[in-house]
Amino acid sequence: MVAVNLWSGLRRFTGGAEVVEVEAATVAEVLKALVEAHPGLDPVIKAGVSVAVDGEIVQRALNHPIQPDSEVFLLQQFRGG
Amino acid sequence: MALDNKSEFKYIGTRPNRPDGLDKVTGRARYGADAYAPGMLHGAVLRSPHAHAKILNIDASKALAMEGVKAIVTRNDFAKGLEGDDWDLLENTIAGEKTLYDGHAVAGIAATSVLVAKDALKLIEVEYEVIPHVTDVDAAMADGAPVIREGAADHSVPEGLHPNVVRYTEFGRGDLDAGFAAADMVVDRSFKTEAVHQGYIEPHACLADLGADGRGELWCCTQGHWFVRRMCSALLGLETTQLRVTASEIGGGFGGKTTVFIDPIALALSRKAGKPVKLVMSRSEVLKASGPTASASMDVKMGMTKDGKLTAATASFRMQGGAFPGAPMDMTTMLAFSCYALDNVHHEGFDVMTNRPKQAAYRAPGAPMGAFAVESVMDELCEGLGLDPIETRLKNAVKEGTKSAFGPRYKAIGLIETLEAARDHPHYSAPLAENTGRGVASGYWMNWGGETSVSLAIGEDGAVQVGVGTPDIGGSRASMALMAAEAIGIPYENVRVNVLDTAALGTNEPSHGSRATYASGLATIEAAREAIGKLCQRAADKWGIDAEAVEWKDGAAYPSGPNAGDFEPLSIADIAGEMGSTGGPITGHHDASPTGFGGSFGTHIVDVHVDPDTGRSTVKRYTVIQDAGKAIHPSYVEGQFQGGAAQGIGWALNEEYVYGEDGRLQNDVFLDYRIPVASDLPMIDTVIVEVPNPGHPYGVRGVGETGITPPLPAVANAISHATGHRMTRLPMSPPRVLRAIQGKGIS
Amino acid sequence: MTRIHVNTTVNGDKVDFLADPRETLLDCLRDKVGMTGAKEGCGTGDCGACSVTLDGRLVCSCLVLGVEAEGKQVETIEGMANGGELHPLQQKFIEYAALQCGICTPGILVATQALLKKNPDPTEEEVRYWLAGNLCRCTGYDKIIRAVMDTAKDLRAEKVGGDV
Repeated sequence: MVAVNLWSGLRRFTGGAEVVEVEAATVAEVLKALVEAHPGLDPVIKAGVSVAVDGEIVQRALNHPIQPDSEVFLLQQFRGG
Repeated sequence: MALDNKSEFKYIGTRPNRPDGLDKVTGRARYGADAYAPGMLHGAVLRSPHAHAKILNIDASKALAMEGVKAIVTRNDFAKGLEGDDWDLLENTIAGEKTLYDGHAVAGIAATSVLVAKDALKLIEVEYEVIPHVTDVDAAMADGAPVIREGAADHSVPEGLHPNVVRYTEFGRGDLDAGFAAADMVVDRSFKTEAVHQGYIEPHACLADLGADGRGELWCCTQGHWFVRRMCSALLGLETTQLRVTASEIGGGFGGKTTVFIDPIALALSRKAGKPVKLVMSRSEVLKASGPTASASMDVKMGMTKDGKLTAATASFRMQGGAFPGAPMDMTTMLAFSCYALDNVHHEGFDVMTNRPKQAAYRAPGAPMGAFAVESVMDELCEGLGLDPIETRLKNAVKEGTKSAFGPRYKAIGLIETLEAARDHPHYSAPLAENTGRGVASGYWMNWGGETSVSLAIGEDGAVQVGVGTPDIGGSRASMALMAAEAIGIPYENVRVNVLDTAALGTNEPSHGSRATYASGLATIEAAREAIGKLCQRAADKWGIDAEAVEWKDGAAYPSGPNAGDFEPLSIADIAGEMGSTGGPITGHHDASPTGFGGSFGTHIVDVHVDPDTGRSTVKRYTVIQDAGKAIHPSYVEGQFQGGAAQGIGWALNEEYVYGEDGRLQNDVFLDYRIPVASDLPMIDTVIVEVPNPGHPYGVRGVGETGITPPLPAVANAISHATGHRMTRLPMSPPRVLRAIQGKGIS
Repeated sequence: MTRIHVNTTVNGDKVDFLADPRETLLDCLRDKVGMTGAKEGCGTGDCGACSVTLDGRLVCSCLVLGVEAEGKQVETIEGMANGGELHPLQQKFIEYAALQCGICTPGILVATQALLKKNPDPTEEEVRYWLAGNLCRCTGYDKIIRAVMDTAKDLRAEKVGGDV
């Protein structure tokens, strides 16, 4: 299981949970499992998010691998100038 | 991709002349407005004179009847049924039922000359019903404020907020009450910044040629032509690959040329008229109707112990990004406290709509505002507790492994190194003249990787061509050529770098997010390595040995050791000269969305003199210290540092969007929207810190954006020290500083 | 509106064109003479990207009408290099990386050349004030000012050498 840290504003959609444990080996699987666990997160993820895996920010690379002990954070979408 | 840990470089770190230098000092380089096509028409755009109005009717019959007018387009000439971001983009490109800001496009016209097109605009009759407007962020959130668009708020907005609040975020950790209770001093202040424009000197310009069969060509100045292709295709209902977009040389962008404004209008006009259409914005149109940055209203509270340790911090950011969702409050919140290790921290952000143009990215979008507020409070805490601002920052600075305020732990970063370099720099200990204050501030931008595709081919003579998809906005051809030269071991001059069009490569994101040198550079190195593998194979074939027994160094193939055999080395030219008969062309290619972009921290020191009689502030000395990971071409790295600082100084001292009571922009020319001129600035000293980025073979970090983040607070802190009054509003124009000096407040 | 036949000289070559009386010299140079080196950054004389000289005087060509070029000598960035040989200012701008995007560069080079003709030994402050009408958004001016000061020094040394 991978522990996914959400941002606290999302607790409204997860019944108060700020850390959600999911079964996932890639970023894409994390996002899918989050929505399965908490359907309220669907519009959040559809609107675009970034995922930090062990300090690396992944946004487009959904195939990015995740280890069970990876530190995973769901973040608001990064935008550049 | 991992760091090579290469310590000796032959080309990286040198300062050769840029490959496009001659074109750009002789007038040969072709920018957006420098394209002409046979039979071309000229376009012009009719724009709303009202901040907020319903469009009741558009009658273009008189204009169409004018001699020389070939086509007029309105919203009806664009795709129907769009949703989400595409709908926002179309609505901003050309108004639908309402005009949402002063300058909002209403109709486009194509005619045989610019003068005819402009004359014809005056004959288009638009019946408006003017409705109430709001342009200030705090006013737009207040009860009773006119609603820009009902139902625009997304899932993130809690109930009970004004409909103009369209996105909301909130996050943090720890125990704030305990944190503030442990502090010896707490500062709680409110700040405000005005919207500013990227101020690129080249207005948006394009030449469109779209057939009724849905196949088209577009030439335009843009940071990213694949973005342009996707956006234009969506707005015009085209298949993406049927539209070929070529990026012209680009006369500045700073984030503002990562989206489209006039390109879809030119394409629609061309499709309707059956002829190429050139469309160029005036400066006034650029200021009114392209994308400035957001403005912000902010509250920041921080607590510190008397020995300088931060105990808790909170921030609330209210940002308006015009008449659409998109103010960068997500980046502002995430990066506000990015310099500091904090156990107890909380952020809140509001994205608010107003009757202003749709904001666009501007260099480190969202970060400078947050840095202004946070670094000002940090300075006030240091001042109040009698602490040195750099030593205090060092005491709280993030480093590798520190949990960032927004969650994840940092990888290798260079904040501490920039602070130490600042502390040890002669500028920091130089004596100060009368009425002069010194300000220090740090800042961060996390940078970006993004979709990237690069192709490389070996010429018959052994010279190399590199095709990239990131427009050269500040010398990146030189950086790519240096990296290719280093990887292959051939002279810099033997590499030609071309920016290819959308038909020639897979998708490339724009030159944005400080990503060009990092991502296109990484892909260039990988493409070069692929080509080297093929070159080694050709040598192996010739020698009749295994490719693994061939070593590539200094631009030639060598047997890897005595066991491989005794052969004369084959240079790249030797192998290339025979490639047609040894297996065909030799190329390398690399596609990626690299995620190992390393963020860049910077620390700035500035001395500002304030005239006590007029409130005029003059920057006397400025030093930028920033982590570049590895400077590929140090002159262009310094150039990014200096340019970022100059833009930040402009934001701090002069630049602002001024809206009148009527909701119209009051300063839509460069005389009134005053960007820094040569006589406003001193030399800008630079120190390049190099803490290698583990996510790039040569250690590169993007350097473009961080530099605009520290100047706002650094200048504000300097003026606060010079005057004895804490400056909490930008710009710190002479009247505002004078009011502060005279004790009349700073609003 | 009736167009006017204008005879003028651009970079030493005689040219003629038909101009609407409302058209600027910048428009005529770019659209009728095919000289696109001068750029329109503002159209109001604030940015200097359209700098040219008219009978030796530095002007913003967006503030001059095309018909005003009648009988005059116009010099643009296209005339600055001597064939394939760059003017020392052009060479120095490349060496100093005094340009990033390059859109302001033609105007700054034309303006600087006009300065050095009037004042071969300007102080940094004089260079900064002379160029205050030429906006650059990329560089913060640092490398531009250094390139100008260094070129002026070289040209003075060359002149002294030539005199000897």
